[in-house]
Amino acid sequence: MTERAAVRPVSRRGLLTGGALAAGGALASAAVITARPDEPKARPADAVPVAEVGSAVEPFHGPRQSGVATDPQAHAAFIALTLNPGTDRAALGRMLRLLSDDAARFTQGRPALADTEPELGLLPARLTVTFGFGPGLYTAAGLDDRRPPSVADLPAFRIDRLQPRWSGGDLLLQICADDPVTVAHAQRVLVKDSRPFATVRWVQQGFRRAAGTEPGRTQRNLFGQLDGTANPRPGRPLETAVWVPDGPAWLRDSTSLVVRRISMNLETWDLLGRADRELAVGRRLGTGAPLTGTAEHDQPDFAATGPDGLTVIPDFSHLTRSHVTDDRLKILRRPYNYDGTPTPEGHADSGLIFASYQADVTRQFLPIQQRLAERDLLNEWTTPIGSAVFAIPPGCPEGGWIGQQLLG
Amino acid sequence: MPRTTVTDARRRPVILLAAAAACLAVGVAGCGSSDSSSSAQPSPSASASATAGVLGIRDPWVKAADKGMTAAFGTLVNDGDTDVTVTAAATDVSPMELHEMTMKDGKMVMQPKQGGIVVKAHSSTALQPGGEHLMLMDLKQPVKAGDELTFTLTFADGETQTFTAVAKPFTGAQESYSPNHGQPTPSPAA
Repeated sequence: MTERAAVRPVSRRGLLTGGALAAGGALASAAVITARPDEPKARPADAVPVAEVGSAVEPFHGPRQSGVATDPQAHAAFIALTLNPGTDRAALGRMLRLLSDDAARFTQGRPALADTEPELGLLPARLTVTFGFGPGLYTAAGLDDRRPPSVADLPAFRIDRLQPRWSGGDLLLQICADDPVTVAHAQRVLVKDSRPFATVRWVQQGFRRAAGTEPGRTQRNLFGQLDGTANPRPGRPLETAVWVPDGPAWLRDSTSLVVRRISMNLETWDLLGRADRELAVGRRLGTGAPLTGTAEHDQPDFAATGPDGLTVIPDFSHLTRSHVTDDRLKILRRPYNYDGTPTPEGHADSGLIFASYQADVTRQFLPIQQRLAERDLLNEWTTPIGSAVFAIPPGCPEGGWIGQQLLG
Repeated sequence: MPRTTVTDARRRPVILLAAAAACLAVGVAGCGSSDSSSSAQPSPSASASATAGVLGIRDPWVKAADKGMTAAFGTLVNDGDTDVTVTAAATDVSPMELHEMTMKDGKMVMQPKQGGIVVKAHSSTALQPGGEHLMLMDLKQPVKAGDELTFTLTFADGETQTFTAVAKPFTGAQESYSPNHGQPTPSPAA
């Protein structure tokens, strides 16, 4: 692997990295040798016994929606709907009552009302159904004045190659579970119950490691990178970053979601050696440690320089560009991998369903995204091809429905 | 229809509206469960359970339809010591009949249920597509997905009981209607 670090197939890389590469080569050798032994052992205590994966339950009712701070399940479907022209505030109320009822039952391991395949509703496998409201929903309800200002299309970024088939949406259904059959059945029933009110705009299905395979570990994307290391820690930091603390009932305990479909070019990524890959990210691939550290959660030292006088962590690295220390400015990443069908030539169709939660898109997500768009070397191998923004309204009590604070 | 279980009955029913809460609370009370706390709505629930005590009505729903015929379903639970017979059902939006499905000339057709729908003591009867159901014969107005409809059941002893059912979009239950009433299949759900 490291031998190939000397090869520089991507011409613009050389331009950007210059002498940093030399230092990178040396670092990489060390990384490759030490990566394996450094890796923390999986913690068996955290493992969910296999027999309990299917029956494990996440709450549906409560002040906040599940599926945000919830430990990410293995499988996800993100479904964006376009509301029919006649779907007004009253119709939205009828729709969301039906869908909330489906979600409340399925998440607790009960079939939906009028379920035509009730046996498929009995194993929740930590199912969560999270509802998101796109800008168009507020307009359809005649409630534009209640739309959080930053719940709107993102500004265009230089790196974007957005496709309508992966972008926008009035209502989002985020369905996550540790079992793919459970996700499929919930998707089927929720889409069926949506049909009188809306059409399907796009569906993005993704996956992470299967339940119990790597408990408590940061997920890996299909570039092999640890993805989500810098997430705010559970407790106060996550609280601060994600949840809206006050305001009217339809805002308090809400959050927002940015869904970006990021195509990852595994073909050009293949041309990179391990050292170059690690320089692009600013972290070691094995441990996820910053290039100046030894463990995943070590603080990066952006000032540290190597023997050549260059910073050990390059300024163009993903780590440098996305680094945020203030919890108020952090985002909660909860991404899923996607892996489509390779072309006849064997070229992968792979990438990331990047899902970011934050109290305020403008305050938190946008500055990070702008820094990345300006100068993140990873842009060489990644392309945003879809983008959508949703408010994640507060949860509902038993007997209530999602959206009732806004629409009720 | 989902097979309902003791576990289901003990779980607090998912309720869509206060009115639904009231009727479902009756259902749960009828099951003899300790979950009477879910009767969030005192007055209708009180009157309903006073007249009723009769049946639990679990997971009621009605098939959404723009016009013509449609049907209501659910599970009737009799936790009492004597059989209960439902002799009639009524709702504001349509005349109603009690129906059953039966094999006629080699195919399933529905027809009025003679003698009403019987729910045996300590037993339950599922009203479901393809089986016994409460038939709405001629809608005066569309029953839209997510609408809540109130129904009144009348029992053989003259007692009544009301409940609320939510309208679900549902493409099944297109049984052909036989004799006596002439008109064929119910219109599909909106």
